[in-house]
Amino acid sequence: MSASASEIGVPTAIAAFGGDGPAPVRIVVGYGFWIFLLSDIIMFSALFAAYAVLSGQTDGGPTPHSLFELKHVAIETLCLLFSSYTCGLGSLFIERRRLKLFFILFAATFALGAIFLSLEFSEFAGMLAQGAGPSRSAFLSSFFSLVGLHGAHVTVGLLWLAFMMAQVAAQGPREYVLRRILCFSLFWHALDIIWVAVMSLVYLMGARI
Amino acid sequence: MGKLTWAAIPLDNPIQMGASVFVMVFIGSVLAIVTFKGWWKYLWSEWLTTTDHKRVGVMYVLLALLMLLRGFVDAIMMRSQLAIAAGSAPGYLPPEHYDQIFSAHGTIMIFFMAMPFMVGLMNFVVPLQLGVRDVAFPVLNAVSFWLTATGALLVNVSLVIGEFARTGWLAYPPLSELQFSPGVGVDYYLWSLQIAGVGTLLSGINLVTTILKLRAPGMGYMRMPVFCWTALASNLLIVAAFPILTATLGMLLLDRYIGAHFFTNDGGGNAMLYFNLIWAWGHPEVYILILPAFGVFSEVIATFTGKALFGYRSMVMATMAICILSFMVWLHHFFTMGAGANVNAFFGIMTMIIAIPTGVKVFNWLFTLYGGRVRFEVPVLWAIGFMVTFVIGGLTGVLMAVPPADFVLHNSVFLVAHFHNVIIGGVLFGAMAGYNYWFPKVFGFTLDKRLGQLSFWCWLIGFYVAFMPLYVLGLFGMTRRMQHYANTEWQPYLIVAEAGAILILCGILATIAQLVVSIRSRARRRDLTGDPWDGRTLEWSTTSPPPRYNFAVMPRVESQDAFAHMKETGTAGVLPEKYESIELPGNSPNGFVTAFFAVITGFALIWHIWWMAILGILCALLTLLAFGWIERINVEISGEELARDARARMPKVEPV
Amino acid sequence: MIDSVRHSSAEDLAPGDRQSHSASIAAYTVGLGFALLLTAASFIVSQAHLLWEPGVAVGLAVLAIAQMGVHLVFFLHLNSGPDNTNNVLALAFGILIVTLVVSGSLWIMANLNGNMIPHSVLMEMQR
Repeated sequence: MSASASEIGVPTAIAAFGGDGPAPVRIVVGYGFWIFLLSDIIMFSALFAAYAVLSGQTDGGPTPHSLFELKHVAIETLCLLFSSYTCGLGSLFIERRRLKLFFILFAATFALGAIFLSLEFSEFAGMLAQGAGPSRSAFLSSFFSLVGLHGAHVTVGLLWLAFMMAQVAAQGPREYVLRRILCFSLFWHALDIIWVAVMSLVYLMGARI
Repeated sequence: MGKLTWAAIPLDNPIQMGASVFVMVFIGSVLAIVTFKGWWKYLWSEWLTTTDHKRVGVMYVLLALLMLLRGFVDAIMMRSQLAIAAGSAPGYLPPEHYDQIFSAHGTIMIFFMAMPFMVGLMNFVVPLQLGVRDVAFPVLNAVSFWLTATGALLVNVSLVIGEFARTGWLAYPPLSELQFSPGVGVDYYLWSLQIAGVGTLLSGINLVTTILKLRAPGMGYMRMPVFCWTALASNLLIVAAFPILTATLGMLLLDRYIGAHFFTNDGGGNAMLYFNLIWAWGHPEVYILILPAFGVFSEVIATFTGKALFGYRSMVMATMAICILSFMVWLHHFFTMGAGANVNAFFGIMTMIIAIPTGVKVFNWLFTLYGGRVRFEVPVLWAIGFMVTFVIGGLTGVLMAVPPADFVLHNSVFLVAHFHNVIIGGVLFGAMAGYNYWFPKVFGFTLDKRLGQLSFWCWLIGFYVAFMPLYVLGLFGMTRRMQHYANTEWQPYLIVAEAGAILILCGILATIAQLVVSIRSRARRRDLTGDPWDGRTLEWSTTSPPPRYNFAVMPRVESQDAFAHMKETGTAGVLPEKYESIELPGNSPNGFVTAFFAVITGFALIWHIWWMAILGILCALLTLLAFGWIERINVEISGEELARDARARMPKVEPV
Repeated sequence: MIDSVRHSSAEDLAPGDRQSHSASIAAYTVGLGFALLLTAASFIVSQAHLLWEPGVAVGLAVLAIAQMGVHLVFFLHLNSGPDNTNNVLALAFGILIVTLVVSGSLWIMANLNGNMIPHSVLMEMQR
């Protein structure tokens, strides 16, 4: 195809790059969700920046070192990590239409996520009981908002997980259901990635101060 | 009912009561007319539940035009106050009220006028220019619009019930903390923006995905129209920046609602952190606004000179450079906060560097005009007015990018003049150019030319008369956000500025008149070919207005300026041989219902009516789950119907 | 979009999708193993005083980034193939923004704190 006057300076091969036409729906949905996840990570990074700036501002109150119990953090981390594993396998098996395995693995994901949440809940409750709540100091405000936002995402994820399992049970592995499971597993893995940052920069660093 | 009492209605303030009554009468009349004429069914099925990107785009622009009126009323009230409040004269607006006015003016103009206008233009035009049938996520698109409308509604409710923030459009702490702003004003501000912000973010994700994953066959990246490239850059910035806004406003909300200490004076809080984070959003925000305007001008100038845009590749690179660089300059909004010479120097230099790609664009536009046969239609007037005005505004910006200069001029009215210079000269002129340019495509008839010219000249002259005095006053030392001033030597300048505002008012009235006159005479200005301007991009290959499905058969693109190429090679207007049936998403009440619950939840949270807030959130959640459970209903359009449409309405395009 | 022209392409994959299903269970398991190792290493670095003090923060950061990489590669199947280009570019953009915002904020805030009147002197001035 000869280049027209409006393509001067841009060789046809380059101009046509990316010219395969609209992508299939699964790719469009997956990519859109990927972009959403990146925006979510940027939101977390703003809170991370706030935590980094404010983590030393304890206003004479409780310090990270006095509050963080690394045993619980280790269990929480393992729960989330294994739940990511079971989620990945579960999404693999539903692609292969092995529904029983999908249900078992996703139920395991739910259970592990629920254990994570209950541990985090009890940690927060304990801190509140000691008077180390989010209104005590800037450090605690930023801690509760950062870790709390992650926990809120996990909560939403568990609701979504339950909803997906119900939808698969009721409507079967239809295309649009599978797309949502793809989005869910992206979400769940991203939450684990954010937890790695939380674990390292908040808990492991904080426990040393 | 939480903090809400009958005292929330400002019965003691005649101006606010007058405005509230006016607004309610206006809304009441509209609702009454719709009811009497039996238009509800039509409104519901054609507009309120639409998922068509074209309809959604129209609603965005309509919202923007309404909010332009509201924001402009605020502006002229401020100018009038300043024209008379010299020396010992108190003016007619007490400080508590004046402060709400300048805060509302900025908030409304940026979030509910400029953003929706640009998003609306992008919504309508981008899928058509890419040669596809809709955006990537049509239902999400409708939800985004309705969430934005929710935010706009909440801000306007503050006029009638309660008060608005007195903190300026960015609500800096510690003033915006509970200690110094115990009322509901800041809460109105915060919840409106949080809700609208979600809408904008979703829209950004939608358009990025559309541009990167949904283009007609053959339309490689380097064959996309420049407007699509600027839309891509702008929406990438939305995706990157709005989460920061959400997080920062969220932290301020936590301070106000649970007593957190992010930005308070005590407890270890750091107000400067707010400035840092809010401007890390705020600077990309202004590029989000200006980039689509740049895209509009690229399209307009290329079309009305009858030649391809000069320097396509450098335009693309300049656009993407601006996109990345806009995240490296934000400290120039607070040079005076005390970060020291090294930090200030770095950000000052980066600010100067970001002017370079903009300069590249200006030269490309000039070189496009050079040697072309320019047709001075109304959009071109706006484009040329933009090039002069925006360059001046940019120059004053680069001037303030020098930290020592900024130490003198920060927060003076010089700054106010600068940003109005670039926002009006850039964003608003771009919005008006796009409005005039694409109106025939949207509605099927052209706008009156004489009134368009009148509007342009009133805006252009009015802008200079209104804001040039402010540059001078800024150098004299007048600061921004003053309700009155002691130095009576400033008054003549402010009277001139008031005159400029009145000229701009004439421009706005001319635009309204243009619309009314054009609608009444639409029969004789119908666009029968779909291509009233001899356009170069694919939207002009459809009928005016385009059918719901945009293209019966997706065009095969072989060049930049795809439609111009088709006209040159004689393939435009050729009917396809075969039509296959297509499926489109049907209407969905999802957006409207979600917004309804968002309004309830927002209002409840503002007034601390906890039971209502929880109810609202639960209902919104149930809405989400309910719509997620049912399979989406699609509408199928058969091949025969497409063929019938095409034969009946195909534009008569002559090969060039 | 409901109607699309091409149905499947070797040139493009959704994030999280993989080209072939075989060896996927192995990929997940290997990834889990690496992640467990890196987690253990992080705990050890933090608590066992094996690294030079000021290096602990860097060590933790490096291990965290490595583990994020493990997640991206083994769980999300993000690799450098041509079918993943869009996904990798989007991720790169996100990482760039995060880096700019976080490091920029830290640099700015540290300098602002540096220019503040010391707290004790400020308190003195209050009287």
